[in-house]
Amino acid sequence: MATAFWSVNVIQHPRCERPSIASRKPSSAFLGSTLKLRFNPPSRSNFGFSETLRKSSPISAISDVFEEKKQKSASSSSSLLITKEEGLEVYEDMVLGRCFEDMCAQMYYRGKMFGFVHLYNGQEAVSTGFIKLLKKEDCVVSTYRDHVHALSKGVPAREVMSELFGKTTGCCRGQGGSMHMFSKEHNVLGGFAFIGEGIPVATGAAFTSKYRKEALNEADCDHVTLAFFGDGTCNNGQFYECLNMAALWKLPIVFVVENNLWAIGMSHLRSTSDPEIWKKGPAFGMPGVHVDGMDVLKVREVAKEAIGRARRGEGPTLVECETYRFRGHSLADPDELRDPTEKAHYAARDPITALKKYMIENNLAKEGEFKAIDKKIDEIVEDSVEFADESPQPSRSQLLENVFADPKGFGIGPDGRYRCEDPKFTEGTAHV
Amino acid sequence: MFSILKQKVLNGGSPVMILGQTVQRIRPAVDAYRGYSSAAKEMTVREALNSALDEEMSADPKVFIMGEEVGEYQGAYKISKGLLEKYGPERVLDTPITEAGFTGIGVGAAYYGLKPVVEFMTFNFSMQAIDHIINSAAKSNYMSAGRISVPIVFRGPNGAAAGVGAQHSQCYAGWYASCPGLKVLTPYSSEDARGLLKAAIRDPDPVIFLENELLYGESFPVSAEVLDSSFCLPIGKAKIEREGKDVTITAFSKMVGLALKAAEILAKDGISAEIINLRSIRPLDRATINASVRKTNRLVTVEEGFPQHGVGAEICTSVIEESFGYLDAPVERIAGADVPMPYAANLERSAVPQIEDIVRAAKRACYRAVPMAAAS
Repeated sequence: MATAFWSVNVIQHPRCERPSIASRKPSSAFLGSTLKLRFNPPSRSNFGFSETLRKSSPISAISDVFEEKKQKSASSSSSLLITKEEGLEVYEDMVLGRCFEDMCAQMYYRGKMFGFVHLYNGQEAVSTGFIKLLKKEDCVVSTYRDHVHALSKGVPAREVMSELFGKTTGCCRGQGGSMHMFSKEHNVLGGFAFIGEGIPVATGAAFTSKYRKEALNEADCDHVTLAFFGDGTCNNGQFYECLNMAALWKLPIVFVVENNLWAIGMSHLRSTSDPEIWKKGPAFGMPGVHVDGMDVLKVREVAKEAIGRARRGEGPTLVECETYRFRGHSLADPDELRDPTEKAHYAARDPITALKKYMIENNLAKEGEFKAIDKKIDEIVEDSVEFADESPQPSRSQLLENVFADPKGFGIGPDGRYRCEDPKFTEGTAHV
Repeated sequence: MFSILKQKVLNGGSPVMILGQTVQRIRPAVDAYRGYSSAAKEMTVREALNSALDEEMSADPKVFIMGEEVGEYQGAYKISKGLLEKYGPERVLDTPITEAGFTGIGVGAAYYGLKPVVEFMTFNFSMQAIDHIINSAAKSNYMSAGRISVPIVFRGPNGAAAGVGAQHSQCYAGWYASCPGLKVLTPYSSEDARGLLKAAIRDPDPVIFLENELLYGESFPVSAEVLDSSFCLPIGKAKIEREGKDVTITAFSKMVGLALKAAEILAKDGISAEIINLRSIRPLDRATINASVRKTNRLVTVEEGFPQHGVGAEICTSVIEESFGYLDAPVERIAGADVPMPYAANLERSAVPQIEDIVRAAKRACYRAVPMAAAS
């Protein structure tokens, strides 16, 4: 097929190490993003062999937006990437994520939480960098490592903590658990335990936005969906199916890959034939971007661009964030296979300390303000634990609730009436 | 995907039930093979499975293992511990997270002459691969009129664990057992685990081997015969774990342990229960079940999965078809609640059968004293 050919040159340059962003960084860590934004817009009239000849030079088109910024920042060293208010908001969100997850670990070892708990320590820059740019109506779909995505999107810490404790005041009334955080109000569409499962769901949410705009004629509906998933998921078939359809139908979605290099104990390099995930975007006709996921300001820049693209109706983007989880895969994972030097390397690039350093160096805020935020977050998290502790467990009658949206699905009882009409229905034994 | 360390180092001797515990204490992995100085040796189900895999792999070089985290991680639940070092990465394959893909690859390898053992981290993930299990594996021998057989084993933990939520807790015995062309095995003790896994690997047909995560750490006494490397259990034969004369209780996998405990409680009330460990769901050992019902005249079926169209339904029908005249009471069916598994600990406990439920049902079958409550 003709379309296959113009991609070939794009991908066939010799396989190199992961693009060494580090070696191309200017002196200040945050100025001037050194990103490669693949802009190969699939203009339909252009498919053909002439494309192959034109594209013989290595493709590393840097988008105009970034060129401008680079020039601007090179000329005046005072243009910073973030204002003080935004910076503190971002800092607070990241600290909330970190503090909450640390508290989860404590609670788990004290037996208040059970089952599978997957913590997000170290990856806060990705969640905060993207989600803080969203509106309330935008959707977020995640995997089982979803506590911080829910928190960033606005679900109260109390509700998330109660859910983890299995109490009835949790965001899913204790029925979902750690891996299944849903919130209709904040448009958090889950929380999926199977990896790869969230991607089609997110694509569907994006489809709904487009449908509302075009079929239901809500012209101002420009809701964007973010799908968060990991490096292991990028080998799953559903990922590719959705990249294809999202690009084909120009859906307002951003695929955010949180590449933390490990899928439980399976290193990304051992399981993937070409480990550079961002390259898979252009193969499907969308831009593929690689960004340093430990640097929240860089992530934010890329997010602005990608979300802006989606909102303007220009279609999907694939963003690969190079990040790292400081803890094991889950709280029961002994984490024996990861090299301590690798862990140390990333621990030194902690996104929270990096942001703090940047803001202090650029005189955006003082140490005292950060301490105040830390204290505030500590109180919020402690309060959420108390709230969760004191909340009641779900009552027995809750077992049969919410199986169906229309409880007539339980059928007709022996007396000829629908079972759900019997007021004592939910109190009966659920055993046959 | 998820993690491992949910091992509970249990006391030796009789299998101790761990249901009902909401506090999960994490302990370091202790794979102690405790040999007592007395006659019976003890073996955990984990060790049984590991030794069975080890022996079959050394006996037949065409056997290989494929799955997520089976190699370097030593197995998500440490079942394939040590096998990578012993047999190398050509025979113990760590796969990417592509169930549909690697299951298909396994089936294809089986078509062409190898004997794969495909591990699913839980059988819930087999749903991503179920097309290959049913359409490529189960139906091939028939579609090719016997020319292409598929000697493959799909194994992994099945059913509810503790606090893992709706997407990780479903029991697939009923689903797979309804498909012709598949064999479905459900071991309970270490002896079952060893014997049935060896039989499964040697079997020329696709076998679904449903283990249970909470049983992995449990210890059972094993005789010298079981430890022998040629030990094999026949597929399609149930085991009578405990003889009785008043009521027959059938169960499989973890529920056998519960049923045995229930039997002790019933014995104190003067009811002698016969416990049948099904071992094999497809083919179902209808002969043993019917013979037992003809002896006791009452039946209680126990399973952990969803009630509708489950294993109990099939057993009940089988008994009605063949031994209707012998039944003195309606068949009692105990199953998990007809809801997706809730996360909250107390709700989860009420969604899974408990010992009291089995006892109550057996008493109902015997006396019909307590009328059935408004059931769903």
